[in-house]
Amino acid sequence: MNITPEVTLNDTASPSSGLRELLPPLSEHEAITESARCLMCYDAPCTHACPTHIDIPKFIKKIHTGNLRGSARTIFESNLLGATCARVCPVQELCEGACVLGSEHKPIAIGRLQRYAMDHAYSRKLEFFRPAASTGKKIAIVGAGPAGLSCAGELAKFGHAVTVFEKRDLAGGLSTYGIISLREPVEVALMEVAMVQKLGVRLETTRDAGTNPTVDELQRNFDSIFLSVGLGNTPQLGIPGEEFILDGLQYIEGSKHHPSRLRVGSNVIVIGAGNTAIDCATIARRIGAERVTMIYRRTENEMTAYPHEYDFVKREGVTFWFLAQPIRVIHEKGRLLGLECVRIELGEPDSSGRPTPRPVPESTMFLPADQIVKAIGQHRPSIAALLNLKTEKGFIQVNENFETSFAGIFAGGDCIRARGSASTVMAVQDGKLAARAIHLRLVNHG
Amino acid sequence: MADLSINFAGIRSPNPFWLASAPPTNSGAQIHRAFEAGWGGAVWKTIGAPVLNVSNRYGAWSYGNQKMLAINNVELISDRPIQTNLREIAEVKRAWPDRAVIVSAMVESKPEAWHDIIKRIQDTGADGIELNYGCPHGMSERGMGSAVGQVPEYCEQITRWVMEVAKIPVIVKLTPNISDIVMPARAAVAAGANALSLINTINSIIGVDLDTLQITPNIGGRGGHGGYAGPAVKPIALNMLASLGRDATVRDSGLPISGMGGITTWRDAAEFLLLGARSLQVCTAVMHYGFRIIEDICDGLSNWMDEKGFSTIPEVVARSLYRVSDFKDFDLSFRAVARIDQNKCIRCDLCYVACNDTAHQCIDLVDKSGKVVPPSAYDPRSNGRVEAVGTRPSVVVRELDCVGCRLCYNICPVENCIQMAELPPAKPSITWDQLSKQQPDVTEDWPQMEQYRRKMGIRIH
Repeated sequence: MNITPEVTLNDTASPSSGLRELLPPLSEHEAITESARCLMCYDAPCTHACPTHIDIPKFIKKIHTGNLRGSARTIFESNLLGATCARVCPVQELCEGACVLGSEHKPIAIGRLQRYAMDHAYSRKLEFFRPAASTGKKIAIVGAGPAGLSCAGELAKFGHAVTVFEKRDLAGGLSTYGIISLREPVEVALMEVAMVQKLGVRLETTRDAGTNPTVDELQRNFDSIFLSVGLGNTPQLGIPGEEFILDGLQYIEGSKHHPSRLRVGSNVIVIGAGNTAIDCATIARRIGAERVTMIYRRTENEMTAYPHEYDFVKREGVTFWFLAQPIRVIHEKGRLLGLECVRIELGEPDSSGRPTPRPVPESTMFLPADQIVKAIGQHRPSIAALLNLKTEKGFIQVNENFETSFAGIFAGGDCIRARGSASTVMAVQDGKLAARAIHLRLVNHG
Repeated sequence: MADLSINFAGIRSPNPFWLASAPPTNSGAQIHRAFEAGWGGAVWKTIGAPVLNVSNRYGAWSYGNQKMLAINNVELISDRPIQTNLREIAEVKRAWPDRAVIVSAMVESKPEAWHDIIKRIQDTGADGIELNYGCPHGMSERGMGSAVGQVPEYCEQITRWVMEVAKIPVIVKLTPNISDIVMPARAAVAAGANALSLINTINSIIGVDLDTLQITPNIGGRGGHGGYAGPAVKPIALNMLASLGRDATVRDSGLPISGMGGITTWRDAAEFLLLGARSLQVCTAVMHYGFRIIEDICDGLSNWMDEKGFSTIPEVVARSLYRVSDFKDFDLSFRAVARIDQNKCIRCDLCYVACNDTAHQCIDLVDKSGKVVPPSAYDPRSNGRVEAVGTRPSVVVRELDCVGCRLCYNICPVENCIQMAELPPAKPSITWDQLSKQQPDVTEDWPQMEQYRRKMGIRIH
């Protein structure tokens, strides 16, 4: 078998050619004419559809009148991470999907207009909020992803002293490590982190809460705790040769932070068909893989990727192999040769409502590959067990105020998302609503 | 195919569309091109007294994505030597014998000045003369233009001087910058003019630049009122046109009226014809899109006339004028209510907020179970396209409370979604004029009015 050597990206073949932000910023003219198209619906469906309920017609009309400061403030009032959300939100499923102009015409480009207002605010270093007078209350936030940053910023606005513990080197969570640069450059996530710090939030990175500080220390030193730990690592497939398979999230992280060291094969298999899997396939294609195949054990009807992402990656030239399940990695002398799969037929619906995949006997096939990446979801948060919290399907269980089974400990973001699809904007809303609940609790309980 | 030709006070043209006296008719070369494009006539940019122009002479009023809904200008009358203009007028007329070549004139208010310019224009072979009593900027400061048009006595006097020597049809162009357009029109009739035209431009200031605090347009640190024209002025022009048509003196004089003010499409043109205009003049639309627009203006008007069964322009003229009435003659028993086509409605709820905040509070938000709900009645955890669209209430008119104000109809962004449905009258037909004669107490005294309303079943919620 002829295996093409791996393509190694060097600094001269910078990823700026393939992985730079896909959509250019709107020009002033584009922003003005696009904002003029907005009908300014009353009690607008886009605002309802936005998980953070940004008053969208309001910020769009402010763009049209040239009140960009007011426009940005309108966004920040509902969503402190508006710059990330403008880029990564699945707008087709949210605001733009609900636009009244969408049924027969083109919906307003809400995401891009929001980015226009956010770019204005960040490029001019505008500041919008000052913390209220100090309440003397201390809150610990565990995890500096979107939910944690949103909660931290909102609590700081109330006048509380907030410390965010982040186990990694950089804050921002998936925005910093897990969203491909094509959609959001790292700089945007880090600008938002800096903005939250400017509100008075103390950020402690490389601090893995649970061990450093310990749970005991957290409870002793803080009046309330918010857990926004996200999810764990990618689970094992449990097949022979799995050590040859790369982790999808690490693959994306490499493409964002060490693009020159990123090694991309020429014949790449991506296992999984969620949005992360699609991002991995996109990176592989854009950095030079000749052939990228996504393998999924069900069909396109069951895949969790958004329809617009599926369309996007097909246009990128990625091929799909449905109803196939990996059973063995084939390798020789430490060198990857490919993946052995078995055909699948779909049976009765399982607990998730999706049909159960059943292997078809004697249907194994071999698919050659020089790189295999898996993106098949993430482990449930481990901190739940550590704190002895009640869980639902492994996710931290919270009540309507985002309070866990342990009074005074709140949680939000992907670590509580037992139902529905997890997204940045949902995490931001969790953080915001939890901050309000924490604030009320601290005010009422003295 | 309809015959679009006209005979306007003896001036003939193959279609009723003339370029108005303005920058588009500044030179022979321009008018040659306009006639090649198909314009029926042109009113030469006003010639007369010597002038000097300034830079930044046009301002524009834009709204939303629509550029130049109106233009304003401080350009004066022709600044080209009068000999050049007269020579080119003669050349154009010789080259285009079937087109109407009319020359606009404005000179100092002296009989000899007017006699001289009229004779020189007649020597060119032009088909008619338009007296510019309307220019509102610059020239008016020198006692010309609207300074004449605003004083019926001056208007009459100067027209008499002109008529003493005129051998070709004379059109008096009226200024809208006056409280009653009928007065100068009557003066022109009295002086023996052959025709009227309206409207000239309206006094206006386009705006102030919020960066520099300069007036727009900025003329070396200053700015001022300029003549306002374009699509935005059309309703004002239509009203003034109808006012002349309804005035007995003007009507009985039989003087034809050349209508202008915001005509951009054949639809605008048809409306001017229906309210009594016998020729039509266009300026701002060609300044925006060029001479080529004449093709659709003629084609569209012709197709519309064919569809309506009109074969000539005179058949269309003033067809709707008799319907223009005073409030006192409106039928108070006429009823219309708003009806929303739920299949067309996109649920922008603009009708709801307009009615609720600013009109008569008769549109409800109704959820799927038929319950009236307040706006924004969703849980903050609710989100997503499916929920937002799926749970969005409908907008429903309470017909019993609808006064038929027509605000919702006017703002609805969807074509034919809201209709004003005519209801059979619930009470006998009566006008305010009749009521005030038959039952004067009712029209003068609130308790009497309330009693009358009770009797007639008039309920105001």
